[in-house]
Amino acid sequence: MKRSYLILSILSYICMFIALYMALLYAPTEKSMGDVQRIFYFHVPSAWVSFLGFGIVAVASLFFLRTGKSTWDTLACSAAEVGLLFLTLVLITGPLWAKPVWGVYWTWDARLTTSFILWLIYIGYLMLRNYVSDRQRGARFAAVFGIIGFIDVPIVYMSIRWWRTLHPAAVVGGGADSGLAPVMLATLLVCVAAFTLLFSTLLVFRYNTRLLKEKVEELIIINQS
Amino acid sequence: MKSVRQIGTIIHKDVLIELRSKDIIISMLIFSLIVVVVFNFIFDPGSEMIKTTAPGILWVTIIFAGNLGLARSFAREHENARMHGLLLCPVDRSAIFVAKMLGNIIFITLVEVVSLPIMVILFDIHIRHILWPLILILVLGTIGFAAVGTLFSTISANTKSREVMLPLLLFPVSIPIILAAVKSTTFLMNGGGFAQVWSWIKILIAFDVIFTVLCFLLYDYVLEE
Repeated sequence: MKRSYLILSILSYICMFIALYMALLYAPTEKSMGDVQRIFYFHVPSAWVSFLGFGIVAVASLFFLRTGKSTWDTLACSAAEVGLLFLTLVLITGPLWAKPVWGVYWTWDARLTTSFILWLIYIGYLMLRNYVSDRQRGARFAAVFGIIGFIDVPIVYMSIRWWRTLHPAAVVGGGADSGLAPVMLATLLVCVAAFTLLFSTLLVFRYNTRLLKEKVEELIIINQS
Repeated sequence: MKSVRQIGTIIHKDVLIELRSKDIIISMLIFSLIVVVVFNFIFDPGSEMIKTTAPGILWVTIIFAGNLGLARSFAREHENARMHGLLLCPVDRSAIFVAKMLGNIIFITLVEVVSLPIMVILFDIHIRHILWPLILILVLGTIGFAAVGTLFSTISANTKSREVMLPLLLFPVSIPIILAAVKSTTFLMNGGGFAQVWSWIKILIAFDVIFTVLCFLLYDYVLEE
C-alpha cells in the first residue's frame, strides 16, 4: 500500500520535472506571443485534469446513490477538491496569458464563462458538504448536486455559445486551433501526462487522508459512548 | 388518477397555509417591487436603453423574488417537522415533487402577474401586441426555474444556513434557463422576427424538459430519511 504511494509520488515528480524542462526550455518560443505562450503548457493540462476530476465526482456520486457505500462519497469529495484546485489554476493562468495577448484579462466568451460557472458550482458543492451536519444526508445531497452540476456544464456551454453567436459581439477568442508544431504538441502531451499523474497522486493522498479522518471520527464516537 | 388527487391535496394544503399567513407572497411582492424601483435608479426609465434592459430587469426581479419565496416555503416545511409528516403520509415521493413544483409555480406566477404590469407602467414598455408570446415565455421560464428551485430548496432547507445556500446552488445551475428566457424576451420586446424568438423558445422548452426530468429523478434521494 505505502510502497505504491511512494512509486506514484516519485513518478509524478520525475514526470513533472521533465514537463517543466520541456515547457520552459525545450519548446521553441512562439513567434507572435513570445514567452507568454508557455503558460499554455500549464493552462491546458490543468483544464483537462479538472474536467477529469469533475467527471470522477459525477460517476462516483452516481455509484454512491446506487450502492450507498460511503467510500464512493469519499472519492467524490476528494476528486471535487483536487479538481477545484486545478480549475482555480486554470482561472489564474488564463487571465495572465490573456492580458498581453488579447489586451484584456477577461472576456465573456463561452469557454471562459463556463469555466467560471463551473468553478462556482463546485465551490457550492464543497460548501454544501460542510453546511450539512448529518453526514449521511450531506453525502446524498452532495451526490445529487454533483450529478446535476456535471450535466449542467455542457448545457451552460451550449447556451452561452448560442447566446453569443446569435448575437454578434466583439469577443476576442474562439478557436485559432490552426495546428500545433510537432515539438509543441509533444511538449503539451508530456505536460498533460505529468499533470494527470500529479492529479492522481493528489487524489490518492486526499482520498486516503479522508478515509483515515473518517476512521478517527468513528473511533472517537465509539470511545465517547 | 390517485396521484393526481394526492398532488391536488398537497397543493391545496400549501395554498391554504399561504392564504392564512400570506407571509411568503407578501414578502415576494414587496421585494419584487423594491427590485424594480432600484433598477429605475440604475437605468434611466425614459431612455432608449430601457428597451434592451427591460427583459433583464424583469427576469432578475422574477428570479430574486422566486428565490426568496422558495427559501421561505421550504423553511416553513422544516418548522414543526412538517416534512416528516408529509413523508409519513401514504403519498408517492414523485407526487410530492410535482406538487411542490406546481405550488412554487403558482407563487412565482403571482409575482409575475403583479410585477409585469408594474414594470409596464413604471418603465413605459409596450407589450400589448406581444402579450401572448410573452406569457408563453414567462410560463416556460417559470417551469424550468421552479423545477431546479424545488430540488435545491429541499436540499438547502436541511443545511445550516439556508438563506445563503439556496442562491449559491440555484443560480449557477439555472443559468441556461435564465439565459434562454432573457434572450427570447429581448428578441420579442425589440421586434425580433418570429424565427429568432421561436428558436430561443425551443431552446427554453428543451431546457425545461431536461431539468424537470433530472430533478424529478433525483428528488427521491433528497427526501430519503
